[in-house]
Amino acid sequence: MSAIIDFLNNNGSDLLIKTWEHLYISVIAAALGVIVAVPLGILLTRFDKAASPVMGVLGMIQTIPSFAILAFFIPVLGIGKIPAIIALFFYSVLPILRNTYTGVKDVNKSLLEAGRGMGMTGWERIRYVELPLSIPVIMAGIRVSTVYLIGWATLAAFIGAGGLGDFIFSGLNLYQTEFIIAGAIPVTILALIVDLILGKLEFKVTPKSMRDKEKTA
Amino acid sequence: MLKFEHVSKKYKGGKTAVSNLNLEFKKGEFIVFIGPSGCGKTTTMKMINRLIEPTEGKIFINDEDIMEKDPVKLRREIGYVIQQIGLFPHMTIQENISLVLKLLKWPEEKRKKRAEELLSLVDMTPDYLERYPHELSGGQQQRIGVLRALAADQPLILMDEPFGALDPITRDALQDEFKNLQKKLDKTIVFVTHDMDEALKLADRIVILRDGQLVQCGTPDEILREPADEFVEEFIGKERLVQAKPNITTVEQIMNAHPVTITSDEQLSNAITVMKTNRVDSLLVIDQEGVLEGYIDVEAIDQNRKKAKDVADILIPDTFSVYKDALVRDTIRQILKKGLKYVPVVDEKRHLVGIVTRTSLVDIVYDSIWGDEELERAQ
Repeated sequence: MSAIIDFLNNNGSDLLIKTWEHLYISVIAAALGVIVAVPLGILLTRFDKAASPVMGVLGMIQTIPSFAILAFFIPVLGIGKIPAIIALFFYSVLPILRNTYTGVKDVNKSLLEAGRGMGMTGWERIRYVELPLSIPVIMAGIRVSTVYLIGWATLAAFIGAGGLGDFIFSGLNLYQTEFIIAGAIPVTILALIVDLILGKLEFKVTPKSMRDKEKTA
Repeated sequence: MLKFEHVSKKYKGGKTAVSNLNLEFKKGEFIVFIGPSGCGKTTTMKMINRLIEPTEGKIFINDEDIMEKDPVKLRREIGYVIQQIGLFPHMTIQENISLVLKLLKWPEEKRKKRAEELLSLVDMTPDYLERYPHELSGGQQQRIGVLRALAADQPLILMDEPFGALDPITRDALQDEFKNLQKKLDKTIVFVTHDMDEALKLADRIVILRDGQLVQCGTPDEILREPADEFVEEFIGKERLVQAKPNITTVEQIMNAHPVTITSDEQLSNAITVMKTNRVDSLLVIDQEGVLEGYIDVEAIDQNRKKAKDVADILIPDTFSVYKDALVRDTIRQILKKGLKYVPVVDEKRHLVGIVTRTSLVDIVYDSIWGDEELERAQ
């Protein structure tokens, strides 16, 4: 116990800064992912033929080891937070895109016909029908994606982006278990907290009438 | 109000869904498109609000070519009800009803008021406004579906088998309700169905289509009375045609055209002879021109044998009679209500043209019960 207190006395403020950095890298990457993937997912539902090639390419990117991607960005973007965020962003896109595409695609066709027949423009159909009805699925994608990113963001320390990965790598290099633990535990806690918050958000943005069904399902 | 001019629709594969359709409808008409699946009825309907665009020809609404209008604007001016009901599950009943008004940018207050007003049309209380579609029964949901199409007071409403997914009892109730509503609000309705009973019940005019071609267009009565061809007959169904007979046949079609008569200047002794030879107990009395004057019966002759000499003396005038175009249905009702044994049939100038007796009624009843079998035997 005293070891922990000692550790926190010496590295406490550092730990807070690193946690903040970690959160910040992953959340920004995830947010970028949302900004790109949601519209792209909706767009793909309009161009069905393009959907599977695009998904295929993104799936391939997904299989490239994250280490390799991070390394790949060094010659292009150098080191630091920005290349790390960009690399992580690539990882966030696929789950969000796939869920958006499926979610929007699964919206009952008769509802779309009703919408079109009553005179909704394309945008109004997205805004009033497709998005509200697919939001639970989209949110699930965002949640999964963000939680993964928090895990992967530890690797960002490797290209000098900071974050809790710093602790883990220092621990590994210096052979000091407490540093490894001090990096790993906050990452886990961070992931759990973010998952919880996003879960709450998911509930909140789900249309009222669809919440009961979610619970019983 | 609504006009089709040489309208055709060919799909890319070369399949013709609708070919050279010419139709014209008046305001306030309830029009039903009917035909077997694939006959082009839904395609025709969807061309009206440009969900499908015609490849040839023109469609006019109030003399405006719909192809020259913005499709979104056009659709907001036309109500649309689909079979799957299509209420938005994430919106309350109020939001569903007033969605078009929202698209038209009505203020919230007015939307709410309008939704309440519409709900009262189908006898639903305002507390439904805050509920969600899944909390309502199928029948209630489709009522809301219909109200949604009425929200912006669109003069024209398209309905694609709106009651098809409902159970028979609910469907029946909704049909009645909707027909009343339509009359009250004076809407023009274009209604697609494959259910002949529904068409006969609701339509002012029925448009029968087959393979994209117009087969017949007419009132339910016209179609039942004179089906254009065998296809229509088959589509209506023999059973329905036979059943419909008393409803649409006129007295002229079933009457006995040779009633036993006597002129009013004849002597009573002659009258007795006529009765005896024809085995009847009463005679219809006509004048020289054949105009019905009344009747005499054997009782009257018996009582006045001594005093009277001519038929005119004991004539009972003001006989109840029917015109030859009167419907058998109504005549039967009269006969039963008044307890008559027979009814003379006259033309516009009161010339006697025939008679309907209780025996004629037996024939009708026989026909509607066993007519089918007889038709089959005849074939």
